Amino acid sequence: MSIAIKIENLSKLYKLGSVNSGSLSMDLQRWYTTKILKNEDPYLKLGEENDRKIKSNSGIVYSLRDINLEIEQGSSLAIIGRNGAGKSTLLKVLSRITSPTTGSIKVKGRIASLLEVGTGFHPDLTGRENIFINGAILGMRKHEIQRNLDEIISFSGVEKYIDTPVKRYSSGMYVRLAFSVAAHLESEILIVDEVLAVGDFDFQKKCLEKMNQIQKLDGRTVIFVSHNVISLKALCSKAILLEKGNIVSEGNIDLVINNYLGTKDSEKNYNKVKIENSNFDFLFIGAKNEDKNFQDPIERVKPILLEIEYNNKSNLEDVYFNIKFKDEEGRFFLLTHSIGSPKLISLGKGRAQMRIPKGFFNDGIYSFDIWVQHKGNTVQTLAKIESALTLKILPEQRDLGAWMGKEQGYIWHNLEWRKIVD
Amino acid sequence: MNQEWDSVVNAKKKNIWPDLKEVWNFRDLVFLFVKRDFVSIYKQTLLGPIWLFIQPLTTTFIYVFIFGNLANLGTDGLPKPLFYLTGIVSWTFFSEVFTKSSGIFLANSHIFTKVYFPRLIIIISVFFSSLIRMGIQLLLLISLMIYFILNQDFHFNLTWHLLFLPIIVFLIALIGIGLGMIVSSLTIKYRDLNNLIQFGVQLLMYATPVVYSMASMPSKYKKFILYNPLAPLIEGIRFCSFGAGELSFSGLLFSLTFGVIIFLTGLLAFKISESDFIDNI
Repeated sequence: MSIAIKIENLSKLYKLGSVNSGSLSMDLQRWYTTKILKNEDPYLKLGEENDRKIKSNSGIVYSLRDINLEIEQGSSLAIIGRNGAGKSTLLKVLSRITSPTTGSIKVKGRIASLLEVGTGFHPDLTGRENIFINGAILGMRKHEIQRNLDEIISFSGVEKYIDTPVKRYSSGMYVRLAFSVAAHLESEILIVDEVLAVGDFDFQKKCLEKMNQIQKLDGRTVIFVSHNVISLKALCSKAILLEKGNIVSEGNIDLVINNYLGTKDSEKNYNKVKIENSNFDFLFIGAKNEDKNFQDPIERVKPILLEIEYNNKSNLEDVYFNIKFKDEEGRFFLLTHSIGSPKLISLGKGRAQMRIPKGFFNDGIYSFDIWVQHKGNTVQTLAKIESALTLKILPEQRDLGAWMGKEQGYIWHNLEWRKIVD
Repeated sequence: MNQEWDSVVNAKKKNIWPDLKEVWNFRDLVFLFVKRDFVSIYKQTLLGPIWLFIQPLTTTFIYVFIFGNLANLGTDGLPKPLFYLTGIVSWTFFSEVFTKSSGIFLANSHIFTKVYFPRLIIIISVFFSSLIRMGIQLLLLISLMIYFILNQDFHFNLTWHLLFLPIIVFLIALIGIGLGMIVSSLTIKYRDLNNLIQFGVQLLMYATPVVYSMASMPSKYKKFILYNPLAPLIEGIRFCSFGAGELSFSGLLFSLTFGVIIFLTGLLAFKISESDFIDNI
């Protein structure tokens, strides 16, 4: 397999706190005071207070650091990373919008980068005229656009308005037209930045299918950046994970996505807690998929186990857990308790496990409160812990053509159905 | 594995000279940008391309009145409207090429930050747009000339000097684009240069024989004006078209040398600043 893009030792530096006055007169004044009068730089004083933190280090930030990467021809690569990890910088350097500080990029074939749809659209020109300009800006020859013109127009679904100036278009029509130009580029390498999140459901589906076709049938190289993990999984086979300008993980898409989701400290699936309570201590609360570990991300299609390790210091044996699930905004939506399992909690230390059947929760971020209660004549609460854990439940793998967005609601469960015959 | 790469970006080995093959690959874009320039300007206007004539005509009337009648400056024996219109058309060409190419980064930053194509494409399309606009205005000049030949006692001699015209126009463009590219690189950091450009071009016009002829200049001022590389060119245009005024080959040589140096400097400055201007803008 030949290599489409080869990146070697690529770094990109940005200077922080470099004082650029932004106007010639100020720079001249500065030059005069520092070089002729040998005085202190008047603008450094302005920056000083804010700069104190940065000054301790060199004031230079690596937006990308020593990136080495080979992208095979005909492959589809996802670039994943949190905000500020260097994704956009990498795309910009790859698409030659800005130049690297060190290193080199070698490319075989034409690169078309879609960092935005509709670059160069002129509001006064008609849809048809804009197709040509936009296509040419993205590197297509005129005859290539001509050849694809009918297809571009029909793909966009705005045939009726194709000879109307685009300023009369609705924003949806505008984006549809712009995207269909992009989808019909004939370049060997396509770089797509989060632009798939456009248009309505039908159009989005069409775009994703088109992207898939470009890569799988036409054998072209595609690089995606998106925060939508579902669509990345459907489209890409490989991925790199960027963190602070470095590639921290590289390889199979599922692996990299798991690493990405696993790196979030704030969202780990377990909690070693110690509750100051005279009667009942929580020692550990954790959640995981049935066949996985507590460190792994949790998928909604597999059974989920909730484990609680405790120390029951009261001398009561018939206590039970009362668990209240809530969404990210704290709205309670599900209540469950262990009254049905009377001998669950023993005296002293112990472990209890709750099993959530597969495909029960919708994907989303949830939390829960745990109440430990005892029912005698009245209900007595031995201990409670609020927002014991943040549960991040991931969606299942979806095929192309399926809806890539998030379903609404908290519970998404298959219930029993049967046909009633009179 | 030994592969042929289509494009190589290397931080250490930066290309100083533009990749002409790449520019050639984007040639369709030049055509489309030029077309966009014309179509977008005259869409939804009442008079459309007629505006191209209105501006030089009104300016000519004003110049005839102020410089011709009030100030009574000499016009090398040419009918006044013809003299001024020639100057105005040539000067408009220069000022358009210069101001448009000097504002190139700021005006197109929304495109440049999103997509790569050789930035020189815009410079080239500025050149062609201005050239076409001048070509259209030339029609006006020719009709005015025909009017004077038919109605007034004006004789027009077709001479081989006419062949020099394209060269002179090219030299004007060379200086305009060269200066424009230098300024465009500077405006990335210093936006206030743009304000300077606007009235700088106006001032420069008065230091160039547009509203007066070299012959009518007192010699103590003339030597200063000869330092202006545009002076022999504007004067040369009138000489080559109508045989009016003077054409000094030493002056043309000076303009040529200046033009080439300033163009190469501009190209270098442009090339250096285009590679990472979005980090500085």
